[in-house]
Order: sequence, then C-alpha cells, then structure tokens
Amino acid sequence: MSDDVEVLPLGPDGILVRFSDQLSEPANRAALAFRAVIDALNLPGLSETASSLTSVFLRFQPDVLRREALEEILQKQLDMQNWHAVPLPEGRTLWRVPATFGGRYGPDLEESADLAGVSPDLAINQICANPLRVLALGFAPGQPYLGFLPSHWNIPRKTDVTPEVPRGAVVAAVRQIIPFANAAPTGWRQIGLTAFRCHDPTQEPQIPLSSGDEIEFLPVSAAELDRLLDESPPFGGAERAVLT
Amino acid sequence: MTRHLIVEQAGPAVSVQDMGRKGGLGIGLSRGGAADKLAYIQGLALLGVPLDSASIECAGLGGRFRFEAPTRFALTGAEMRATLDGSPLETGASHVANAGSTLDISAIVKGVYAYLTVAGGIITDVEFGGRGYHRTGGFGRPLTSGDRLPLGQDNAPETPPLRLPSPLQAGPIRVMPGPQTTLFASDVSQEFTDVTFIRSTRANRQGVKLDYDGTGFATGDQLNQVSDFISEGDVQMTGDGTPYVLLADCQTIGGYPRIGTVLPCDLHRIAQASAGDPLKFTFVSVAEAEASWASDQSVYDAQKRATTPRIRDPHEMADLLSYELIDRPSDDVVSG
Repeated sequence: MSDDVEVLPLGPDGILVRFSDQLSEPANRAALAFRAVIDALNLPGLSETASSLTSVFLRFQPDVLRREALEEILQKQLDMQNWHAVPLPEGRTLWRVPATFGGRYGPDLEESADLAGVSPDLAINQICANPLRVLALGFAPGQPYLGFLPSHWNIPRKTDVTPEVPRGAVVAAVRQIIPFANAAPTGWRQIGLTAFRCHDPTQEPQIPLSSGDEIEFLPVSAAELDRLLDESPPFGGAERAVLT
Repeated sequence: MTRHLIVEQAGPAVSVQDMGRKGGLGIGLSRGGAADKLAYIQGLALLGVPLDSASIECAGLGGRFRFEAPTRFALTGAEMRATLDGSPLETGASHVANAGSTLDISAIVKGVYAYLTVAGGIITDVEFGGRGYHRTGGFGRPLTSGDRLPLGQDNAPETPPLRLPSPLQAGPIRVMPGPQTTLFASDVSQEFTDVTFIRSTRANRQGVKLDYDGTGFATGDQLNQVSDFISEGDVQMTGDGTPYVLLADCQTIGGYPRIGTVLPCDLHRIAQASAGDPLKFTFVSVAEAEASWASDQSVYDAQKRATTPRIRDPHEMADLLSYELIDRPSDDVVSG
C-alpha cells in the first residue's frame, strides 16, 4: 500500500520519496525503513541516500543509472509492503540530556509557551515529560529534529530569521525541538540551551545520535548548565541507555 | 621536501576549498566546497591537477601569498586585480612563480569568488572526506596571515602557461521544478519568471538573497511546512516570501518552501553575481535539466580540452615600455 507516497525530482541527479507532506509518525518510521531497504540493494549508480522527517532522498549518477530506471526500482519496493506499518529499527539509544530553559539561555520561551497556550513552567514540563524521537539528522552535522510534542505545540516558525543562535541552543517549532549543532541563523524560537554537542570530534562516535534514537531533556538550572559548559564532560553530561 | 604557500595577508573570507564532502546528507552535512565549482575546476584543468585536490577561494576581497619554491599556479573565477612581484596577471590563465615570489590579489573587480590553484594542489589534512572550510558544518576555518599551506608534487612542471575562455553568461538562469513547486499558485510561479531580480548585498557561501519590487512569493502555508531535504541551487522563500538561492554551504533540511532548483550548470552565475546585478529565471522541464547534467569529471575533461597556449602576453613582458604601448588604454594592451 503506497497510494499516498510521492516520487519527486530534487535536482537533476536527485529523487525524493515522500511518504507524507504532513508531519506524521508512521511516515517517519516508513522513511527510516525504506532507506535501509534501498541501501541494502547496493544499486550501481546510486551514490547517496538519506532519510528526513517523512521522506528519503536518493542521489544518483545519471550517466550510470537513468532516472526512469531508478524510479521503477523504487516503485517496485514501495509496492511490496505497507511502509506506514513497519516497526522502528532495533538497537536504538535513549539519551538523557541536561538543558536549561528560559532566562538568558531561552529568550523566546515565554513567547513560545504563549503560542502553545501554556505557562512557561508548564511548557518546560511538557517538553521534558516524555522522550522525543530523533526523526532525522539534518541542517548541520549530527543535528537532530526531535518529535513529537503534543499537538498544541504546532507553533509556526517566526516570520523573521534570528541572525544567530549559539551552539547548543534548544529551539522549538511545529511540534519539534532541535538542539543546534553549531551557531546558525534560524526561524525557530530559542527556548533553552544544552552542553550536548551533536558533532564532537573529540568523542567516539563523533556523531552520537542516529535517526530513531530518543532524547529526554533533564531540566537543570542556568548555574548547573554553566558548570557543564565549563567542564565539558562527554556528551554534555548526557547519560545513555539501550532502548528495548 | 614539501613546498609551502605562505599566506601573508588574507581578507575575511579566504579559505581552502575543494569539490566538497560527498555522502554526508544522512548526517546533516551539505556538500560545501568551492562556491563556484566551474571556476574551481577551470583552475585544476589549467594546471592538470586532479579533481580530488584543493585550492584557495577568495570571496569579495583577496589576499597576499608568497611561494617558497618555483610553482605553477592559476587564477580563475571572479575578475581580479592580481600581480606577481608587481607585474599584472591575467585571470583565467596559468602562470609561473619563482621561489620567493609574492602574489598579490589586491581587489576583485567583477564577480565574487576568485580561485588560486597551485600545481600539486593544497594538501592540508582531509577531514570527513574533504579539506574545505565549511562554517555550518563545523569544519576548518578561514585562512589568516601566517598560515603555511603544504603543496603536493607538481607532476608536469614543464607545462607551458595556458588560458581558458570565460564561461558564457547568456539568457535567463534555468530552474527545474522540485518537490514544493506545486505549493506555489501558478500566477506566483509566473511572476517568478517575469520579475527581474537584483542580487542583494546579503550573500555568503550559504546563499544569495534576491531583491525585487513586489509582494513576495508566498505559498498558502509558509511557516508550517514539514522540514524536508534541500538541494544546492534551491530557490527558497523565507517567511515573508523573500527568495534566497542556496549555495554550497546550505543547510541539508529546511522548512521554507522552495519554488525550484537552479541547474548545477547555471549556479556559478548566481554565485558570481555582484550586488546590484540583475538576474532573471526561467523554468525548464526535468528532462531538459537532466540533459544539461554533466559529471564533475566530464566538466573537468571538457575544460582541459578547451585550454589554449598563452604566449607573448604583453602583461608579462618586462620591457613593456620599449613596445611603445604605454599611451594606449590597458584594454588594448590585453587584446593586442
């Protein structure tokens, strides 16, 4: 069953397989599983694959593999099963990540809570209440898109772009949270800060997160976060557990 | 012994660049590398340096460099005011420096990204499959005075100087449809190809902002799109409908809708557009886009075939005064 799946061009050497144009948990699972199946085919002329929130990107060499031929292979795989019903991959990790919210490290917390229709304290409680899944890595190396917050957190991006949020900025929009890998401009709202580094050349693995992993934020005081930033323990003081 | 190129002075956006890091999309790393890959490849082709090498990219402002040993080098990309030990040099050509020679790229006259390629290439350490500075990716840093860059072996030191013609710049810039093109109403897409945009002063290796007189290129639901993959060359409309064309160091996933993707073979024109330059776009079909696609290797091979010998360039004649050309405009000197 793949009636609602779209196979679309993205650049002259790219194809996007989109499982949904809306944020959707089953579509995220489908993207993770579909990418793994295509990778296992080891197709000559397929140079790169990646999964995002609800889609899979494939880069191919048009002088080796024709778009039509690749589309046919993809369609055949799409027709083989109900991709929206596949389970999550095995061997996933739960990360408990200290973060501070509001104040000087979360300048947009109040506005975000307001848009979500809750108080800032309740906002922090709701963000930290449950583990959030790594829906995709993207934007910058190792940076996770985390979801899903409850539906009242479907808050829009800002119309103006914040010229720069710092590395470790915890930002929110459209039912998701992102801890920023590097300083960067963003249209999302900064609600907190963490010492967790999404890409750390001094650690093994350098990119700690994989799609499908989960992050549970542990709220700490600004003073405690300052200590973690200062002492920089491995993974910003985060603890790991195996998800079963 | 390894030869070095010494950075004596560098503008704020001078960095080592290459063809970029491939295969990083899955972890959130865009390809990066030279902002104008065609000009970068031209530098390699002029010297016969292989594609997996690295060069120096100067954006907006140049720099001053000293050669430790005799070195062949090429200048490509933006038109620059460059001298070797005081003698003016041609852009789009290869040259030879003596031991101790100083190359001064004092200004970029037209365009944005200038490339200094050296025979043997720059052989700084490879990180994650590349040598280039990638700010959003967190790799490398801009070059600063005092940097000593190790150079590889020149395998053809006797090659005579060569030149390459500038790439053709005619016609509107071609855009192919992408996954979000249909989110834009047909009259909005029509306006996108009708309008003459002006390259804004806001531009860097991540993207170029386009200015225009108009209301903006919005979709119905601009701020709540599910984030999805971005391709280099995508024309992204931010929250207020302002277009940005995304370049080498763009993010890998983004939530702003994109009206289409500039063809890779036309993207150098966006990268090299100066602030204030007019830019016009036209849509082409996926089939047309594919027909225009060429592998990096085939672009390199074609540029190599297009090189011609560079002989008796008046710029390099030490006794120029004796030719009695001194009173003629410098353009005539070049063409004569």
